[in-house]
Amino acid sequence: MDLKEVNLSAPHSMGTTIIGVTYNGGVVLGADSRTSTGVYVANRASDKITQLTDNVYVCRSGSAADSQIVSDYVRYFLHQHTIQLGQPATVKVAANLVRLIAYNNKNMLQTGLIVGGWDKYEGGKIYGIPLGGTIIEQPFAIGGSGSSYLYGFFDQAWKEGMTKDEAEQLVVKAVSLAIARDGASGGVVRTVIINSEGVTRNFYPGDKLPLWHEELEPQNSLLDILNTSSPEPMNI
Amino acid sequence: MSNSGIDVPPKGGFSFDLCRRNDMLAKKGVQPPSSFRKTGTTIVGLVFQDGVILGADTRATEGPIVCDKNCEKIHYMAPNIYCCGAGTAADTEAVTDMVSSQLQLHRYHTGRESRVVTALTLLKKHLFNYQGHVQAALVLGGVDVTGPHLHTIYPHGSTDTLPFATMGSGSLAAMSVFESKYREGLTRDEGITIVVEAICSGIFNDLGSGSNVDVCVLTKGHKEYLRNHLLPNPRTFVNPKGFTFPKKIEVLLTKITPLKEKVEVIEGGDAMEE
Repeated sequence: MDLKEVNLSAPHSMGTTIIGVTYNGGVVLGADSRTSTGVYVANRASDKITQLTDNVYVCRSGSAADSQIVSDYVRYFLHQHTIQLGQPATVKVAANLVRLIAYNNKNMLQTGLIVGGWDKYEGGKIYGIPLGGTIIEQPFAIGGSGSSYLYGFFDQAWKEGMTKDEAEQLVVKAVSLAIARDGASGGVVRTVIINSEGVTRNFYPGDKLPLWHEELEPQNSLLDILNTSSPEPMNI
Repeated sequence: MSNSGIDVPPKGGFSFDLCRRNDMLAKKGVQPPSSFRKTGTTIVGLVFQDGVILGADTRATEGPIVCDKNCEKIHYMAPNIYCCGAGTAADTEAVTDMVSSQLQLHRYHTGRESRVVTALTLLKKHLFNYQGHVQAALVLGGVDVTGPHLHTIYPHGSTDTLPFATMGSGSLAAMSVFESKYREGLTRDEGITIVVEAICSGIFNDLGSGSNVDVCVLTKGHKEYLRNHLLPNPRTFVNPKGFTFPKKIEVLLTKITPLKEKVEVIEGGDAMEE
């Protein structure tokens, strides 16, 4: 009986690492890919960066069901809004729709979201919407269980006016650091870059990510420590 | 029943109390049971080069008792969409029947073949509304105009889209088979072999699944429902003489009622009149 209850009725949560970063010209959203039910990894290659409109995406964390339903509703409302407005929705409107649903149902939902996108009025923008339904516009936002390990990293590594490649490298490095330390984050790193030109999705498989302090390098002899290369220094 | 003693909460770890009892019984000549009761489910789905293959075991349980040794866990949703269900049998049956009829109505409205994402959205909305109290964990697979699709749906309403998926108490055993053997671009026979292996792994290694293997192969415009594709648990000890009453009992009356009545069809009978 125990087995059945653990596997089936444990709510599906995404212990997660999600990141949204603005750069000079747009935004970069990043996430890991692990969805867990208790200690079992239910999906090791999930896509936590969901499309709301052509130019606005959202990173989901917390309860998988709640975040999927919220993003489905917002996508539906935004679609109607776009038809009524006659032009692409702004990131601010998308983020506020998410916030309205999150705040008005705060007793029943358990999901933290990061909305990011590009529009012609404001350019690239990131909005963090954590558990209670606050909305906060930030130059960069981090969320999920793995984000605890990244506050110090971002305080040091973040700077204004990065280029697109610098921003993406920062996001990939940050997610891989969080994956190394957080048991509930893992799998691959997915990034989405949104700017005036459009949307680019990238995929970094687990074996391509850098290994950090005390993670084992694949090696023939455990005594062979003299030949291992030292890990990359923290300062970019 | 409770004596005047302090209730101590059970400690973690293995309890060895019953081992002493077993030793004592063994010394007296009592054999331990050789088979264990099984409960639960193993359901799987896999995408291969031409479509989707779904698989399931066939045991239904009521607590520790097997109430149906050969039930059907692969439910019909649409001619091109099937759904395996794990969890409470009533919930899986009810939710798949309900969505299947909604899909039928939708087909009448639109005049088109149903799409897998439609079934997915209907199921996910229903399950989310009931906040996980409808205990149905589903593996939904089908082939429509947009291609082959495979999704898992959890009782709380979250969904995943995957190339291979397992659910139920035997999901870990079946997933281990998939993780080692799955690759992209499998042929139909390779796919069926892997699905059968995964279900068998659940049947034999999970104290949760048993009996036979059902397989359903869905390709563009064609479906094959292979009911009882494999029977790895045959009833081996059947008395060839059949059952006879012990000699002391007199048979007073024998009446045989066939369970299926044979109906005579009269050709060219009277036409129905309004």
